[in-house]
Amino acid sequence: MDINYLEIIGGYGRHGAEEPVRKVSLKMGDIVSIVGPTGSGKTELINDVERFADDNTPSRRRLLIDGKSVPEESVGDPSKNPIALITQHTNFLSDLPVQEFLEIHASIRQAGHTESVIERTLDFANQLTGESIILDSAMTELSGGQTRALLIADAVVIGNSPIILLDEIENAGIHRTKALELLKNYRKIFFFVTHDPRIALLSDFRIVMKGGAMQKIISRNEKEKKIAEGIKKMDDVLSDFRAKIRAGDSLEEDEFERRMKELSYN
Amino acid sequence: MKVLICAGPPTSGKTTVLKQVVKKFKDEGKRLAYIKIDVQFTEEDEVFRKQFDIPTKKVYSGELCPDHCNVMIMGDAIHWAMENNTDILFVETAGLCLRCSPYVESALGMVVLEATSGMNLPKKIGPLLGLADVAIITKIDLVSQAEREVFRANVLKASKVDIIETDALHGINIGRIVKRINDANDISDSLLLKGNPPVGVCTICVGKKEIGWQKHFGVVRPLEGDVFYRGE
Ligand SMILES: Nc1nc2c(ncn2[C@@H]2O[C@H](COP(=O)(O)OP(=O)(O)OP(=O)(O)O)[C@@H](O)[C@H]2O)c(=O)[nH]1
Ligand SMILES: Nc1ncnc2c1ncn2[C@@H]1O[C@H](COP(=O)(O)OP(=O)(O)OP(=O)(O)O)[C@@H](O)[C@H]1O
Ligand SMILES: [Mg+2]
Ligand SMILES: [Mg+2]
Ligand SMILES: [Zn+2]
Repeated sequence: MDINYLEIIGGYGRHGAEEPVRKVSLKMGDIVSIVGPTGSGKTELINDVERFADDNTPSRRRLLIDGKSVPEESVGDPSKNPIALITQHTNFLSDLPVQEFLEIHASIRQAGHTESVIERTLDFANQLTGESIILDSAMTELSGGQTRALLIADAVVIGNSPIILLDEIENAGIHRTKALELLKNYRKIFFFVTHDPRIALLSDFRIVMKGGAMQKIISRNEKEKKIAEGIKKMDDVLSDFRAKIRAGDSLEEDEFERRMKELSYN
Repeated sequence: MKVLICAGPPTSGKTTVLKQVVKKFKDEGKRLAYIKIDVQFTEEDEVFRKQFDIPTKKVYSGELCPDHCNVMIMGDAIHWAMENNTDILFVETAGLCLRCSPYVESALGMVVLEATSGMNLPKKIGPLLGLADVAIITKIDLVSQAEREVFRANVLKASKVDIIETDALHGINIGRIVKRINDANDISDSLLLKGNPPVGVCTICVGKKEIGWQKHFGVVRPLEGDVFYRGE
């Protein structure tokens, strides 16, 4: 499915009041983040996108692709689905082995030559995890991080969808920076639901949620672009220490001081 | 009058889906009736009567297989609903006997499966899925999109049914289920069980498909009253 642009037409918040933001427009290649407190309706918003909402969900939002609502017939067929959603779930319930699951999914999504697609998916996923995912382990045996990594890889490689929705990828103990780096190689519309300033500032603009409604849209200006650089550096420092602790190392005071000084020079 | 026969494994979400559907039809001003067939305990009839103010009934199948109980009482139940000037009769049944099916020709057969059940479930439930007209997959809010798609493919591999996925708690896609029911035919006068019952010893099991206890011999039961022996 070729897609040029996508619009979300505002509906109603949790208590029935009209959403302040009446329309969000996105074109291919845009990255948007969705921010807001817990329970503010972030997940509901990307679910609406995933369901091709057409005044038939609790929020009564509408999704338009290239100016039109999506016909019902194409909603049911996953091979025609232009949207891949990576949910907040960090466990699989499926009792299938990883290989078989990916094979079935690749055939449903008509992702092409199965063997190489599965290889690429696994390779993508394993760049994000600490310990590699084994093809013949059961899906239910995967850890939370491995599950998340596999879901992201599956959405990008097997789903091959032009629109990708990611719900809080930071919360699963995967290599987040690596994930962002890999994802940026793809030209798609990305939605990031996030509580993470680094991810939020990566996007061109962000939708602020409250009470189930889109409150406002903030565009990232030049000032924020600069701040984003600083936040990235802080985040890298934090990640390095996180990695050390994860690897079972002890932290040294002089290294800590050196890194902190480096930060304040910039 | 339309008849919807809704079956599926325990806790798969039958009642939750039907509540959402009934709410929509109520709003449209349709006259509805609800009957629950269960093995030994249910209070869903109370729930529907209180919440929607519609005529309801419950039947305990007890010693009978619920699907067989269904065959016995369905004739009476349709009669009861007709007398109440019903537009749509909803029948919710446990459908525990996976060798037979609770569906009746000219009624809409709807199986409710949960996306959280094992990937092999669709292969295990035989005519409950195979003879259904439409399969509703509930609890899609609890699984990832990828798993949902694979589960759906497994359902389709077991049977070429129409599939509607729903998060029944939040009423997602209920409109499509309502439309499917609206498009269904009215119930015809001669009521026949769908498909072929398995080889067995009772009149249903040896292949007699007519609906209603009056058409059967051996241990039978009407809608109101206990099981009794009919025949020589
Ligand atoms: N998250 C979620 N929960 C659901 C959904 N549908 C049903 N449930 C829950 O699943 C449980 C069982 O649902 P019921 O509708 O009672 O299931 P049932 O098939 O009628 O069960 P029996 O009549 O006892 O066989 C309840 O706690 C529902 O709230 C759904 O789509 N999503
Ligand atoms: N516009 C709306 N209309 C009705 N209900 C809504 C709306 N938006 C959100 N809700 C409901 O509010 C609840 C919380 O929303 P949601 O799960 O989207 O929050 P969240 O921002 O993703 O929270 P978290 O950060 O904890 O993941 C859900 O039950 C959701 O269905
Ligand atoms: Mg959420
Ligand atoms: Mg029930
Ligand atoms: Zn039986």
